Amino acid sequence: MADAEDKVTMRVWRGDENGGEFTDYVMPAVEGEVVLDVVHRIQASEAPDLACRWNCKAGKCGSCSAEINGLPRLMCMTRMDTLPEGQPVTVAPMKTFPVIRDLVTDVSFNYEVARTIPAFEPGPEPEGGYRMMQVDVERGQEFRKCIECFMCQNVCHVIRDHEDNKPKYAGPRFFIRFAELEMHPLDVNDRRELAHDKGLGMCNITKCCTEVCPEHIKITDNGIIPMKERVVDARYDPVAWLGRKLTGRRKKTAEEAAAG
Amino acid sequence: MAQPDYQVHDYDVIVIGAGGAGLRATIEAKERGLRTAVICKSLLGKAHTVMAEGGMAAAMANVWKEDNWQVHFRDTMRGGKMLNNWRMAQIHALEAPDRVYELERWGALFDRTDDGRISQRDFGGHRYARLAHVGDRTGLELIRTLQQKVVSMGTDVFMECKILRLLTDADGRVSGAVGYMRPTGEVVVFTAKAVVLATGSIGKSWKYTSNSWESVGDGHAMALWAGADVIDMECVQFHPTGMVWPLSVRGILVTEGVRGDGGVLRNSEGTRFMFNYVADMFRSETAETEEEADAWYDDHINNRRTPDLLPRDEVARAINSEVKAGRGSPHGGVFLDIATRRSAEYIRRRLPSMYHQFMELAGVDITAEAMEVGPTCHYMMGGVRVDAETQAATVPGLFAAGEVAGGMHGSNRLGGNSLSDLIVFGRRAGLGAADFAEGRRGDVGADQAQVASVVDEAFAPFGREGGHNPYDLHHELQETMQSLVGIIRKGPELEEALTKLEDLKQQAAKVHVSGGRQYNPGWNLATDLPSMITTSIAVTQGALNRTESRGGHTREDFPGPDPEMGKVNFVQRQRGEHGYLAPISIAPEPLPEMPAELRQLFEEGN
Ligand SMILES: Cc1cc2nc3c(=O)[nH]c(=O)nc-3n(C[C@H](O)[C@H](O)[C@H](O)COP(=O)(O)OP(=O)(O)OC[C@H]3O[C@@H](n4cnc5c(N)ncnc54)[C@H](O)[C@@H]3O)c2cc1C
Ligand code: SF4
Ligand code: SF4
Ligand code: FES
Repeated sequence: MADAEDKVTMRVWRGDENGGEFTDYVMPAVEGEVVLDVVHRIQASEAPDLACRWNCKAGKCGSCSAEINGLPRLMCMTRMDTLPEGQPVTVAPMKTFPVIRDLVTDVSFNYEVARTIPAFEPGPEPEGGYRMMQVDVERGQEFRKCIECFMCQNVCHVIRDHEDNKPKYAGPRFFIRFAELEMHPLDVNDRRELAHDKGLGMCNITKCCTEVCPEHIKITDNGIIPMKERVVDARYDPVAWLGRKLTGRRKKTAEEAAAG
Repeated sequence: MAQPDYQVHDYDVIVIGAGGAGLRATIEAKERGLRTAVICKSLLGKAHTVMAEGGMAAAMANVWKEDNWQVHFRDTMRGGKMLNNWRMAQIHALEAPDRVYELERWGALFDRTDDGRISQRDFGGHRYARLAHVGDRTGLELIRTLQQKVVSMGTDVFMECKILRLLTDADGRVSGAVGYMRPTGEVVVFTAKAVVLATGSIGKSWKYTSNSWESVGDGHAMALWAGADVIDMECVQFHPTGMVWPLSVRGILVTEGVRGDGGVLRNSEGTRFMFNYVADMFRSETAETEEEADAWYDDHINNRRTPDLLPRDEVARAINSEVKAGRGSPHGGVFLDIATRRSAEYIRRRLPSMYHQFMELAGVDITAEAMEVGPTCHYMMGGVRVDAETQAATVPGLFAAGEVAGGMHGSNRLGGNSLSDLIVFGRRAGLGAADFAEGRRGDVGADQAQVASVVDEAFAPFGREGGHNPYDLHHELQETMQSLVGIIRKGPELEEALTKLEDLKQQAAKVHVSGGRQYNPGWNLATDLPSMITTSIAVTQGALNRTESRGGHTREDFPGPDPEMGKVNFVQRQRGEHGYLAPISIAPEPLPEMPAELRQLFEEGN
């Protein structure tokens, strides 16, 4: 644990769309703090205009994503005492999204993708309301833990290294949204074609997304891989698709869904 | 100052706030086919609502068939120490179940009972297990469901936009709002036939709070400055269980669900001290022995509720007394123990985010050791005075829903009643605003002079020489409210607070900020200070006037309730002179009277 006289050097990226550089701030070390606490102390003392996003300070809102010592992390959940002692702590904005200022990036790409996803649509409601079993909702619940920190989007090489892929690629956060809806016991829209059109095939299962997810969602194993299998089903195996229909789950095709 | 360029957006209805209340209102207005926009200070989906953990209260009777709206209504009124607007509490209890089922139709995935219905959990002050939930991340489920619905409807969303003031027309009707886009610092003006305020809480004026940076009372303050009434501002809820250690996380919430699921409070001697703090009002329904309390979890009919689940004001005061008596935990709280009472597997399944939060932030394994907890500023019962049916404020064209509205929770809110409040009254505010917008005649325009004065005031801190740093003033404000207008209040301290707040008010009008307009948190804080100071003054004035103890408001110099005070709301407003620097008047006004058939519910000795 840190002494009162101990110092930490925070190497924070400062700049905007025109470029920037790392600036060092030497701050007293305080026991139990997380990276976000130290950033807040920098704002209150040396750099009142240092831009960062945050809300909950408890890993629940997904606002404070940044690259800490080169790894995507939530600033509010990264304890200072878990980082290597005696070395500067670098804090940089997420690389995949354009910088607005300092640690704040323009994540509107994700909100645009979200707009293209047809709404959840339940089948007709039986008398006395819908019934669902806990085991059946749990699959979807895993994906609904997503706090939209967009760190999985940030590390996915398909868009991190290839800006031009963005228009045709939804990214892991939205692949699990498709998976969630596809596995929802009540949803009748078919998302498989859409997932395909949105670049599911471009994912080559490197699992980098799963590794960074602060909610420990098994994005690849439980979301992307089953979706890939279902897409294959839909395209080459009408029997499997029909089988599902016969068990009572009528899913609309992508065109039907898009048409409302 | 030269007139800056700004964009003007024209709508029928604008909703300021994208928490549960704002999103639900937006859906309703949009569904009516009106031109609707929703505006928020953060990114969409990050509002305070996302942090709610335990659940939303609705008498669906999925777990206890004995439950119904009358019992829920009665619990709510008693929790609020009868200061609630009875009609709001009734509407809430009646409509909450429909609103919860509606969320399911929009894609929410609640935890289930064994027979496949929506499961419900126990919470403080609720007679039956009543909270629909998803583990301990119910707020996330609520906000994501509403957000996805709003987006799928093609609604216009203005994210990271801070509204500074409401605009009014020559007749005093609200006709829009002016603010700035945080990413660019550009001014933006909205004109609208109806405006819904859904701006949430005020907690950031206290040092230890569960609230985020957004909760600065913008809506409470803007409503006052526009001439609207606010009520019950003295009624601030301190949640009994916030984290106390490490210092950097002090105030972060520990859900009441921990106690709902079997956790108990103990002092440093290991005693379950809550048995010593049962007020008369709750004695008949509270267990007297540990055996009865423990049996209650499985059998609510033949046993009475554990005192660990008394309403929050009772528990917060009890913790305060234990700490004062020297029986606190090492870091000034008490112990919350679930480790010795439930299996590790159960705890991790029911309370995953609490497990995670303590493990990561405090290095405490809650399946093996007790948590240290203490009161934290959590919820604002007081707020904009609204009509129970339509959520209309006292100024035409203005509506309010969610935490910014007053009346529903009286002097103390029950856990779980906020999320249900958001969807019940969010919907009604959307309807009320849509009706008003449809009936409103004539063009709605932005008064250039009003816009210019707001803009000048907002940008002034950049040009100033000298003046205070906004962070220092915020710090001073938090120290003042924490030490003088906290959980236990005294007349002389409240007077002292008012003097300090007057001084801060003048200083905040002269702050200095550095840097540019683009995403500048120092400037943002400078524009939050007026809201925080106005609401803090209103809280303190209310606290000074309410010379009794009731619910969330405790006066050491007036320790008991005063039946006469229980019949009035303290109403605050600005008359004549309006705005940040103008005074706020305060006067008691009688509560709306509850009809006899509802009064009966309290007389049957239940
Ligand atoms: C940690 C925690 C746990 C909780 N758990 C529960 C629970 O289990 N059950 C329960 O019932 N309640 C719970 N509550 C209370 C409940 O979450 C809140 O009362 C509720 O979410 C408030 O919702 P709201 O829609 O009124 O406002 P918020 O969700 O606070 O949203 C306010 C919105 O207004 C916007 N806004 C504010 N000012 C401006 C401005 N000037 N310009 C533009 N936009 C603005 C914000 O950006 C935000 O979008 C909890 C609260 C906390 C803090
Ligand atoms: S597994 Fe697929 S989605 Fe995930 S990071 Fe790798 S390529 Fe991207
Ligand atoms: S899936 Fe995980 S990493 Fe991706 S946005 Fe959601 S929470 Fe973040
Ligand atoms: S501030 Fe909410 S996740 Fe970090």
